[in-house]
Amino acid sequence: MTNLQSLDLFWPELIITVVILTALIVDLCIEKSKSDVVGWVLVIGLLITAIAIWNQDKTTTTLFTDMIVLDPFATFFKLLIILSTLLVAVVSWQNNELDEYRKGEYFTLLGILVLGLFLMASSIDLIMVYISIEVVSIMSFILAGYLKLDTRSNEAGLKYVVYGAFSSGIMLFGLSILFGLTGSTNYFIIQKSLAGLDGSASAALVMALLMILAGFGYKISAVPFHFWTPDVYEGAPTTITAYLSVAPKAAGFAIIIRFFHQVFADGGALADAESLSMTDVPWPEIIGILAVATMTLGNLVAIQQESIKRMLAYSSVAHAGYMMLALPVLSIQTVYAIMVYLVMYLFMNLGAFFVVITVKNKTGGETFDDYRGLGWEMPFIGVVMTLFMLSLTGLPPTAGFIGKFYIFSALISGGSQYYWLAIVGGINSVISLYYYFHVVKVMFLEGERKETLVQPPEVMSGVLLATAIPVFLFGIYWNPVVNWVQNSLIFYVQTM
Amino acid sequence: MIVPLEHVILLSLALFSIGVFGVLFRRNAITIFMSIELMLNAVNLALVGFSRYYDSVDGQVFVFLVMTLAAAEVAVGLAIIIALYRNRQTVNIDEINLLKN
Repeated sequence: MTNLQSLDLFWPELIITVVILTALIVDLCIEKSKSDVVGWVLVIGLLITAIAIWNQDKTTTTLFTDMIVLDPFATFFKLLIILSTLLVAVVSWQNNELDEYRKGEYFTLLGILVLGLFLMASSIDLIMVYISIEVVSIMSFILAGYLKLDTRSNEAGLKYVVYGAFSSGIMLFGLSILFGLTGSTNYFIIQKSLAGLDGSASAALVMALLMILAGFGYKISAVPFHFWTPDVYEGAPTTITAYLSVAPKAAGFAIIIRFFHQVFADGGALADAESLSMTDVPWPEIIGILAVATMTLGNLVAIQQESIKRMLAYSSVAHAGYMMLALPVLSIQTVYAIMVYLVMYLFMNLGAFFVVITVKNKTGGETFDDYRGLGWEMPFIGVVMTLFMLSLTGLPPTAGFIGKFYIFSALISGGSQYYWLAIVGGINSVISLYYYFHVVKVMFLEGERKETLVQPPEVMSGVLLATAIPVFLFGIYWNPVVNWVQNSLIFYVQTM
Repeated sequence: MIVPLEHVILLSLALFSIGVFGVLFRRNAITIFMSIELMLNAVNLALVGFSRYYDSVDGQVFVFLVMTLAAAEVAVGLAIIIALYRNRQTVNIDEINLLKN
């Protein structure tokens, strides 16, 4: 579709652009103490965007002369991103860490981040892949280092910028080799040219793929590209940690699925991909081993943590591992499982981080010691945190169980060569039980019982309920999620 | 005289490797950023080389966008380094180790 025609189908992104500009101007016109108003601009803007996405034509087409696509798959991720941004924006008003700072830029940057994530979910061109990943990365760097008087936040920002720039440089080199092999930046033309390559190009293709995998792996914090994750997650403002662990990860999976599914697997399973079999490298096994390493490392290191925030950072690495388990198979059924998992993961992980924020606002700390006896002092927090921990472990009747169930069943139906992945995944869930239940134990069985009850602020209670209810509800009645994912499983495919 | 594609790619690979080694072995945050710039410039060189080989402008457009984004990235990176330097009086990444297991 040509550029002018595309604008008609590009409304959600255009609205976000207007929201970003409005937020900037509003921020200029108000005092520091009132900068929360910019948050309202963002929240209202995102709601309008969500309506625009919801009412968009359900057509499947490419926009801007094959730069990005509009398909139900991208729409699914866009709605997921808006949902997580809304929850995080509302909690950002309540986060005491941000009180000393002007929040105008904070909300503006969140808006730009949303725009970048939208493009990530829908790009089908190497140039757009790079631009969208960089937009998301650069905004995340600033947000991670937003608390500029806090040395830990500075350090998180610096580490993030160094790792981020380094891995996107490596990915870019991979993209340039891919461009060199095929002479095009468009996914579909690349796919066609790769099919016509002979064996002499296989070494270059392996190198390109490994480098691209490094860039994508960094976005979803997969081992061995995860080094930034714990440090950045610990140092960044907690609202941003919560956001980074959900929205960019979801978009990272979107970009990986689209890339491997469309460039190499041609819409089929990754194991059957012809252009990959040319390279003599067992790609499904390599990705499987990376997935196993990711979740095992995440779980084993999470056990040793003192700080709950850092423990949740490692736990989010482990969860990326569970989702990656499904990548080696990469049939339509495993994509489906990953998408279901992402929905469940959004609620439970955001919820757990929101509890950390509530507790930090009250006690000023985020280590296990600060949670002693908390379950009796703040019963509501105790109960919802227990629910989130149950769900992150993957026990029924919670959303986490349903997510894991879909991943494992997709693996088993993928064939007997994937059984071991499911078994290792099961063992890992048992390991994770230990540290998730440590939180519950500390909250209810340790420390003195205090007689006075403390209520969290109403807004926080509301947001916690908004995450806790889906975690519980989708554990019992998950049909709405599954139906939504089912209807979103349509990719744009160009035949040439 | 037309430079063969192989030479361009070899030069680009060499530059890229120098950049990677710089990032891995230098301890000064500013030098690390310069090494990252070297990596990105290596990529730009490769893209221009391929672009001429295929006689298409896609690669050259890519180069412009890479340059823009690299500039943005370094601007943000330097800002973060300055914020850190104000609080810690160091840019040596070995001394920046508050966040640890």
